[in-house]
Amino acid sequence: MWKTILRRVLIIIPEVFVLSILVFLLAKAMPGDPFTGSINPHTSLAHIHHLMKINGLYDPWYQQYWNWLVHLFHGDLGMSYEYQEPVTRIVGERAINTLWLAVFATVLTYAIGLPVGLYAGRHQNSRGDHAIRMYTYVTYAIPFFVILVMGLWIFGYLLGWFPTTGSIGTNVGSGFPAVISRLQHIILPGILQALFGLVGIVQYLRSEVIDATHSDYVRTARSKGVPVKDVFKHHVFRNSLLPITATAGYSITGLLGGSIYTETVFSYPGMGLLFVSAINYRDYTVITALVLMYGVLSMLGTLLSDIIMAAVDPRIRIE
Amino acid sequence: MSLIEVHDLEVHYPIRSGFWNRVTDEVLAVDGVSLSIEAGETYGLVGESGSGKSTTGKSIVGLEKPTHGQVIYKGKDITKSANRQKLDYNQDVQMIFQDSLSSLNPRKRIEDIIAEPLRNFGKLSKDEEKLRVLQLLDIVGLDADALYKYPHQFSGGQRQRIGVARAVATNPKLIVADEPVSALDLSVQAQVLNFMKKIQRDFNVSYLFISHDLGVVRHMCDNIAIMHRGRIVEMGTRDDIYNHPMHIYTRRLLSAIPETSVAHREEARAKREAVEKEFQENQQRYYDKDGKVLPLLDVTSTHKVALPADEVAKLQREAD
Repeated sequence: MWKTILRRVLIIIPEVFVLSILVFLLAKAMPGDPFTGSINPHTSLAHIHHLMKINGLYDPWYQQYWNWLVHLFHGDLGMSYEYQEPVTRIVGERAINTLWLAVFATVLTYAIGLPVGLYAGRHQNSRGDHAIRMYTYVTYAIPFFVILVMGLWIFGYLLGWFPTTGSIGTNVGSGFPAVISRLQHIILPGILQALFGLVGIVQYLRSEVIDATHSDYVRTARSKGVPVKDVFKHHVFRNSLLPITATAGYSITGLLGGSIYTETVFSYPGMGLLFVSAINYRDYTVITALVLMYGVLSMLGTLLSDIIMAAVDPRIRIE
Repeated sequence: MSLIEVHDLEVHYPIRSGFWNRVTDEVLAVDGVSLSIEAGETYGLVGESGSGKSTTGKSIVGLEKPTHGQVIYKGKDITKSANRQKLDYNQDVQMIFQDSLSSLNPRKRIEDIIAEPLRNFGKLSKDEEKLRVLQLLDIVGLDADALYKYPHQFSGGQRQRIGVARAVATNPKLIVADEPVSALDLSVQAQVLNFMKKIQRDFNVSYLFISHDLGVVRHMCDNIAIMHRGRIVEMGTRDDIYNHPMHIYTRRLLSAIPETSVAHREEARAKREAVEKEFQENQQRYYDKDGKVLPLLDVTSTHKVALPADEVAKLQREAD
């Protein structure tokens, strides 16, 4: 088991290295330079060249990459052109907001999705199962942003139950009222995101449960005289939950990466919204930082999933 | 008094079709099977694929709900699940399956697989349970280091022996073995069968041995029933079936056993062709007008066959 984990962790080091080169080269390939925005009409071309030169932008790419890497290790991702602030500070603020929303939505997704999926699988073709399948098909057929806008319109605008924009109310102080205000702002987007996100879990889990119910080892368990309740608890549910548990590792990407749709529709100042606006304003340093971060997060998510998988499934361990 | 008696067992599956998914027809998987198994004997249930032999076995264990008929154990009809629970029926009747890999939960260790039936019925302490599992592994000739391994780490023969150990765990009175060796190669088949025989001698269990391999059945079974199209065409002792086969279907099955000696090759072929010719010409005599098997009639006290009454009367006179 430890060997498997160690090996998997060692593989990730060259992966991150290759990813950083790719991200850096792609950023370099984008048109424009960092100074075009910070000059005035009287700046001479020679001065720009001078600035480029003293900032090392005429150096060969590997030297520039090395400098970038050294800065990266010092926690310096450069300045945002749009905000004129260090990228790390901007990302830090957004990351907290995203974390609030994503944790709420993810917990809700699994808290509803798992029991509903298990129920639908166990009571295949019952009325409840039909209703659940109908819900998943309809939800899956509607584009996510339409669901978001509808939810926003009905519960935020018509009924006025929830705030429609932002992550915290204006004029709330700090401490407890601030926490309440934050919660109010994440409830609606969080619920909508969960209601959409659980569709995949429910459908996957349902078919896993049905598969397991008809498998030979479940028949064996029944012939051993295991009561039906325990057959489901020990054999069916456990074996069908494992793949879902394993994919849970990927949700770490969403935890810090944020949902582009939800945050855009609700103007929720998180990572997803930041990413969209950075692309709109060609805010290269921010884009580079975010792409690198998403990449590393996906790798960590996959790593986590692989470790969970190895822990729960004896067949894929390396001895 | 028999250990278990099956009376007129029927398992019918509905065929649904059409827009409203209504029941339009039925598959008669098992269509009126009666047999009784004595304590300590091996009862062979033989037939081609789809003849209903596995379904009969599953109904006896309680995995399949019969449409009609009874399975009497200790005076109670165990096709009702309430009676099964009252008797702790599955402690006494266990099953061994054909596919040794898929029938073991891939994510559980051998220790847990074998101990699960014990946990269902017994209240053993951790140490007693472990001792019992080790004892069971020893019975089927496996080492203690098998305890912490997973099913995929064993060979087919070893896995089937684990299946046997698991079935024996609760000291059952009857083990339904559904083609237990047909997925194994010949040398391993013998090994598993000999473990099963040894267990029968030591613990006095009965087997319902379901198979299509007449060679294996001859080696294992005391009494044999031949099934075809959901019904029994002939039943009797090993001697009745192998030396005095009466129904054409039994004779066809027997003539299909491969002959190892080359010297009798032509002779065996002539015999096969004669049986096949008789079947083609006289088929309507052995089956009723719907192609169903006729009701069973007594020829001797042990031998029953599904033939027309006049023919059975003739056979009876010959037997006397």
